[in-house]
Amino acid sequence: MSYFDVNNITVAFGGVKALNDVSFSVDQNEIFTIIGPNGAGKSTLFNVISRIYQPNNGNVVFDGKDVLNLKAHQISQIGIARTFQNLELFENATVLQNLLLGRHIYKKSNFLSDMFFLNHVKKSEREQRLKVEEIIDFLDLQHYRDTPIHGLPYGVRKNVELARALSTDPKLLLLDEPSSGLTNEETIDLGFWIKDIKNLLNITVVMIEHDMSFVNKVSDRILALNYGQVLAEGLPEEIQSNSEVKKAYMGE
Amino acid sequence: MRFIFKTNYDQDINIVRHNGDRISYGLLVAAMIIMPFFIDDFYLGELSYVFILAIAGIGLMILSGYTGLASLGHAAFLGVGAYTHAFLLTNGIPFYYSIIIAVAVSFFVGAAIGFPILRLTGMYLAIATLAFGFIAEHVFIRWEHFTGGNRGMVVPTPEFAGISFYDSATFYYVCLIALILSMFAAINILRSPTGRAFVAIRDSEIAAQSLGVNIGRYKALSFAISAGFTGLAGALLAHYIGYLAPDIFNIFLSLTLLLLIVVGGMGSLHGTIYGAIFVGSLPQMIAIGRDYLPSSIASQPGLEPLLFGLILVLFILYEPLGIYGRWLKIKLFFEMFPTYKKQTFKKQKTFTKSDRV
Repeated sequence: MSYFDVNNITVAFGGVKALNDVSFSVDQNEIFTIIGPNGAGKSTLFNVISRIYQPNNGNVVFDGKDVLNLKAHQISQIGIARTFQNLELFENATVLQNLLLGRHIYKKSNFLSDMFFLNHVKKSEREQRLKVEEIIDFLDLQHYRDTPIHGLPYGVRKNVELARALSTDPKLLLLDEPSSGLTNEETIDLGFWIKDIKNLLNITVVMIEHDMSFVNKVSDRILALNYGQVLAEGLPEEIQSNSEVKKAYMGE
Repeated sequence: MRFIFKTNYDQDINIVRHNGDRISYGLLVAAMIIMPFFIDDFYLGELSYVFILAIAGIGLMILSGYTGLASLGHAAFLGVGAYTHAFLLTNGIPFYYSIIIAVAVSFFVGAAIGFPILRLTGMYLAIATLAFGFIAEHVFIRWEHFTGGNRGMVVPTPEFAGISFYDSATFYYVCLIALILSMFAAINILRSPTGRAFVAIRDSEIAAQSLGVNIGRYKALSFAISAGFTGLAGALLAHYIGYLAPDIFNIFLSLTLLLLIVVGGMGSLHGTIYGAIFVGSLPQMIAIGRDYLPSSIASQPGLEPLLFGLILVLFILYEPLGIYGRWLKIKLFFEMFPTYKKQTFKKQKTFTKSDRV
């Protein structure tokens, strides 16, 4: 058994099988990329892992814990954080508030101590802020701390979402199309950051991605999906030369 | 324009951001404290009513403005607070305990209602809370032992330190203190993890969930806290009215509260004060306005609800951020003069949101 195991996951929406018997495993401290044409079931897979969809069959084990036994809000507590394909930021809150929400699972107060803002609440707020500042420094967000999300350009928003996921202090990071909509330069920066996340923060990364040159540069291993089924799994060079994958992307 | 040089995390945590705030809010509180020496009993009563409305507004603002859940039945919680308080006072419980118990009862009623009802969203939630409002009104009518039914119920006038509540200055100070304490409680909740979780639920439930916010629990908590504040307002309202009858806590009062937070400015605590002043003075303005209208219009019975509805619609269309939002724009205009840009407050939509996650 490896660090993160997905075994025989099947998800059916009525008669459509979005995922059919998908299995793979990810080692600790690895960048694992899932590719596949539109509708291949990549995002569905992420939604299964983060407990938004209930699979018909199969199981997911992370670090020895059965993920499917947990509720959606308990996922972050075992160290899984994710970003979303179409940005799910808290639009009317500032960047700082968004990131502090990433620290929600570490709060030590209930609403009564919050209401009186007791000393330990204040102390914990300072601690969380310190942690958030580390992430802000890591992803160069200093300039935007007090800006509400709706006033930010798209690239920065993407970055804030990554930062928010990182501020939960995860062990496994799920990135849903992190480079979509970014400029070339931003994509290059992102590549460095993802490598840093793995090497400096020791976080295992599973990402969905379409930009193949970016995928090949960053990933350790790649899984190719099509129509809810695993086409191939292997090192970037293997996937590039795999005939099944070529067929799925370019036709016969 | 004021630039704050931040050297300490506490500067983002503290309630008072800079000395300018300290002076202006201090002056405001001082003015409110000396008010009874300058204005007569009628206006003091009106001001107390505005404070009560503001407390109820804080309650609804936390629920609708910050957690993004609609409620068309909040008058029910005013009723729960008012009846509990009046009932306890009648049975000889001292004022302080009675008001705390009234808040607690409203809180738990809110939690009990919140858990099942908050599985619904949007329009369905509005309908369910509307239904709750009607049901509560009927409970107030039928539960005669507790509420006196349609006959109504006299609210006893408590005394403390030898001063009766009949003295409007005393009542004014009680309301003022209640408002200030409520304001601090609300600010504290909103600047702490609990309040951030509320905002998270409002802006994106799915992201809130993935960050570990227990949606069901926090929605119910928001409903309960909101009910607690509204219950406090209800308890004070009982003294203001003096005689409770079930039809006071009707749908129209719920809509008035909704008007209050929309006109004041959704998602801001300042808005509750502006909204309360507006809503509190509106009946007077309508009464004055009637004198200048042709009698065929002025004598129409439905004039007030019509105007309330009209104002609500106009605000939603032309100033969704309410009076507070307008104030922010005016303030910025003078700070930036002459370089103010209208676009500053325009939300840019960078791409369309889809249902896919």
